[in-house]
Amino acid sequence: MPGSSIPSTVIDGLKDKFPAIEVSENLTITVPEAELLSFMRELRDNPDYDFNFLTNLTAVDYPDNFTVIYNLVSFKYGYTLMAKVNLGKDEPAVSSLTSLWGSADWQEREVYDLFGIIFTGRHNLTRILLEDGFAGYPLRKDFQWVGGRE
Amino acid sequence: MDVTREQHPIEKMTNDSSLIQQVKRVIHLAPLEKIFNLARGYSLWPLGFGLACCAIEGLMATNAPRFDLSRFGYEVLRSSPRQADVMLVAGTITNKMAPYVVRLYEQMPEPKWVIAMGSCAISGGPFVDSYYVVPGADKLIPVDVYVPGCSPRPDAVLHAFMMLRDKVQGKVVLENAR
Repeated sequence: MPGSSIPSTVIDGLKDKFPAIEVSENLTITVPEAELLSFMRELRDNPDYDFNFLTNLTAVDYPDNFTVIYNLVSFKYGYTLMAKVNLGKDEPAVSSLTSLWGSADWQEREVYDLFGIIFTGRHNLTRILLEDGFAGYPLRKDFQWVGGRE
Repeated sequence: MDVTREQHPIEKMTNDSSLIQQVKRVIHLAPLEKIFNLARGYSLWPLGFGLACCAIEGLMATNAPRFDLSRFGYEVLRSSPRQADVMLVAGTITNKMAPYVVRLYEQMPEPKWVIAMGSCAISGGPFVDSYYVVPGADKLIPVDVYVPGCSPRPDAVLHAFMMLRDKVQGKVVLENAR
């Protein structure tokens, strides 16, 4: 059935291959940054998962860390999966997934534009919505600005 | 200069004696500009240019059969600013869009007028405290008519066009508004 979440038995197989991942109650997977690329490649290329589509890539600014969130869909099985990566507050950087899913390109640029998270291993990581000379990253909680009100 | 039967500005604008004769015969009492403004006021050509949701009300709904901007002769939305004489600033102007709004305005031939439609184009609207919004179209270009609302109804846009027509034709607009 499309839109159903991934069965926990399938998750158990993932845990054996990647012992460092954490799985929450609602089957959201938290991946260490170092293993992200190999973990995502396994999800895409292993025929047991076949996550062939990255629907959404976004980020959150928490008090202690940045979190980058990936939503995946497997059209073959109808599974959906949410994966997260926690990053430090200072100069957050994470591996780019543009080599796996083309849809990551603009969404990574948007996250870079608004949160200042660096995606390594890709080219043309430039601002996509704001102008090139814009100072700061407006969706960060500590962003300071002057509004237009007179 | 005074316009009399013997003396008329048309003589300085053309050498065509038949045209001079006709103008002197028919409109020697009226300043030529007034005739032009009569025509301008009844055939404003808006620039087909929408920035945000106001474009749906101001350009699409107003132009559609129910409200029917064509009744007044204003339906000729131009795709090029070089052919338009009214800019309907319909929507939020972001900092990134601001240079293009100004460039489009400057590309329009004189005489030209601007209607600021909706609270965003008047003052920045609900986004005025944002980091990326221009607080009103009049920070960039001169505005003739302000239409309040979020979005204004198509009736209000029609009224704005009629106020602009009165302004173009030199009538006192504010007296009527009181």
